[in-house]
Amino acid sequence: MLDQSYYRKTDEIIEHYGRKAGSLIPIMQDIQAEYRYLPGELLTYVAKEIGIKEAKAYSVATFYENFSFEAKGKYVIKVCDGTACHVRKSTPVLEALWKELGLSKKKHTTDDMMFTVETVSCLGACGLAPTMMVNEDVYPSMTPEKALAVIEELRGKG
Amino acid sequence: MIKNKEELLQVRESAREQVAAYDCRILVCSGTGCIATGSAKIYEEFLTLTKDAPGIVLDFAPHDEGEHDHVGVKKTGCQGFCELGPLVRIQKGDEVIQYVKVQVEDCKEIFESTVVGNEVVDRLLYTKKDVHYKHPEDIPFMAKQTRIVLENCGRVDAESLDEYIAAGGFEALTKAMFDMSRDEIIDEVDRSGLRGRGGGGFPCGRKWKQVARQKEKIRYVVCNGDEGDPGAFMDGSVMEGDPFKLIEGMMIAGYAVESTDGYIYVRAEYPMSVKRLRHAIAQLEERGLLGDNILGTDFSFHLHINRGAGAFVCGEGSALTASIEGNRGMPRVKPPRTVEKGLWEKPTVLNNVETYANVPKIILQGADWYRTIGTEGSPGTKTFSLTGSIENTGLIEVPMGSTLREIIFDIGGGLKNGAEFKAVQIGGPSGGCLTEKHLDEPLDFDSVKKFNAIVGSGGMVVMDTNTCMVEVARFFMSFTQRESCGKCVPCREGTKRMLEILEKIVAGEGEMEDLDRLEELANMIRSMALCGLGKSAPLPVISTLKTFRDEYVEHIVDKKCPAKVCQAMRRFSINPEYCKGCGKCAKNCPVGAITGVRKECYHINPKLCIKCGACKDNCAFDAIYIEE
Repeated sequence: MLDQSYYRKTDEIIEHYGRKAGSLIPIMQDIQAEYRYLPGELLTYVAKEIGIKEAKAYSVATFYENFSFEAKGKYVIKVCDGTACHVRKSTPVLEALWKELGLSKKKHTTDDMMFTVETVSCLGACGLAPTMMVNEDVYPSMTPEKALAVIEELRGKG
Repeated sequence: MIKNKEELLQVRESAREQVAAYDCRILVCSGTGCIATGSAKIYEEFLTLTKDAPGIVLDFAPHDEGEHDHVGVKKTGCQGFCELGPLVRIQKGDEVIQYVKVQVEDCKEIFESTVVGNEVVDRLLYTKKDVHYKHPEDIPFMAKQTRIVLENCGRVDAESLDEYIAAGGFEALTKAMFDMSRDEIIDEVDRSGLRGRGGGGFPCGRKWKQVARQKEKIRYVVCNGDEGDPGAFMDGSVMEGDPFKLIEGMMIAGYAVESTDGYIYVRAEYPMSVKRLRHAIAQLEERGLLGDNILGTDFSFHLHINRGAGAFVCGEGSALTASIEGNRGMPRVKPPRTVEKGLWEKPTVLNNVETYANVPKIILQGADWYRTIGTEGSPGTKTFSLTGSIENTGLIEVPMGSTLREIIFDIGGGLKNGAEFKAVQIGGPSGGCLTEKHLDEPLDFDSVKKFNAIVGSGGMVVMDTNTCMVEVARFFMSFTQRESCGKCVPCREGTKRMLEILEKIVAGEGEMEDLDRLEELANMIRSMALCGLGKSAPLPVISTLKTFRDEYVEHIVDKKCPAKVCQAMRRFSINPEYCKGCGKCAKNCPVGAITGVRKECYHINPKLCIKCGACKDNCAFDAIYIEE
């Protein structure tokens, strides 16, 4: 069971976008931004509140890559694997992060909920390839060593 | 509030005075690239330096009688030269000095020498072959460009409406609203020959005409800012670097087709674009340039922002409108087309960012002027993001019809570290590879199609001889396969089978018949997929198969990757001349494939080796190499 505060926050978000079918995606985005994932209970609640079928809400939530029903880490690291980054060797950066954090293609988030590592298909900073993004900050010209230094820095911040 | 045309003119007048009153403007590049290299700190530092300096007043204060110098510190859009960021320009009157790779520690020196004094800091200038380039327009990278869409990027404050107005912003809108009829506006755009910059190249004016003709009176104007092609960041740069220009273009479209609501669909990965657009819309609403009864007329226009949620297919028109409506972003069968039944089943003008950003200038300077730039069939300029193995990476804008040689060698400065040119991938996952023999072909919408590629949105990734073209084809196929929405069978199943075959080939298990299978599947998907993305998904394979067939054959017959990229085909060896017999490689080998006696040369058993490269990475003597 989710705490009542989750529903109060969701009500606020729903009010902001209006009770209509077209609000579904922005509402889900804001919920995810707040809790770093999309709690299933809230999705059911939102569907009811904006007047769409629960199945419809799930079909939309599962279609888009950005929505996650699993909680993500405090720091979401997106390693860019766009064309420019790929040809400038982004794969070793990803592998170094996986190795350091004990993650893999299947396991994205560390057990202590600190880090989530994902790939993304272009961050739009191709001039500085290979890049990665931690939450909303872009890090340029990555190497496996630099990526590990970023992890150290974030661990220091806690 | 700006209530009418006269008030807008007054605002422009005073904004111009304000900009002209600056003794010096410090222009800090605040595009995504430079922010990543730390330009936000540079901005703060210049702000502090300016505030603390005696005899200098930050920004322009009206009725300021004292003997002060006015210095402005501004955040501009992408100055273009992303790799040399953070970029800073110092403007005094008409002279602009370009500094590159500026660090926080350099700010004080720049401030004292160039802002307060009149000295140039040579070591921070762009330098090539011992020549220092002082002005941005002198740098070869910039000198060969024609900037229309990007004219304000690097010159005006991307967050200030007043600066945009001072630079001539909204002159086109007022001309359209007060001096032209709706038909004349559409006609001007039509005659200009402006074609959709999102990739398709559909004539923009024709689209507007078709929407204006519809009986249905509720119409929408939608901007496609879902720049999903990996390796492309032009539209992002426009949205964050000159948001007002995009908005003005959309407003002209809205006025012309009598629409009251516009939507900008921005990719989730562009938080900076969303932030700058929101900021711009808020300022425009506050000043009455967006909302009801704009400039005292009966034209009302409201602008909304929708953020994407990570689906490449939403760059396709009907999928994009489905996503705004709150549905799964899946394309639908056409007709009816978007101009008839688009967003919420209403007639919709749907263009991409760069297309709208071209509109104000066309209205202001006319179709005839526009047609003097570019080629007969593709007038105007095109922005490209130049990346990959190239000396000068960054954002560029050139006239349509420029050759690849001009772009890659004159502007791009040739290949990185003098490597040998192999191919350039244009048009992203829907495009193809062009090679040496295409270098002198003029580049426009029609010419590129002849070579199984498309101009696309403008991503241009340069590849040198260290790139394996089969691996590149596999890379794109894995992208389109992952991003296939799954609605139609040719794309959903076809891309999957193509990917399997490509994976087999790079793993060294391919057979010659696979090439025929790839071609058959590619042709099937190309002719039968539902949407443009599906139809173009096989293009990277078709074009590499055509141009680099030998490379595919080498992978299949000789089991060799000539670029030494494909892991499965690498053969690691130890050079006895360098090997000291320390045994570190054997310790690091995860499968025990390396054996030997201490102080003698070790040996790798190729049957056990999994080609992970752990031995090579850890060898202190560079004794391990990949066989030719």
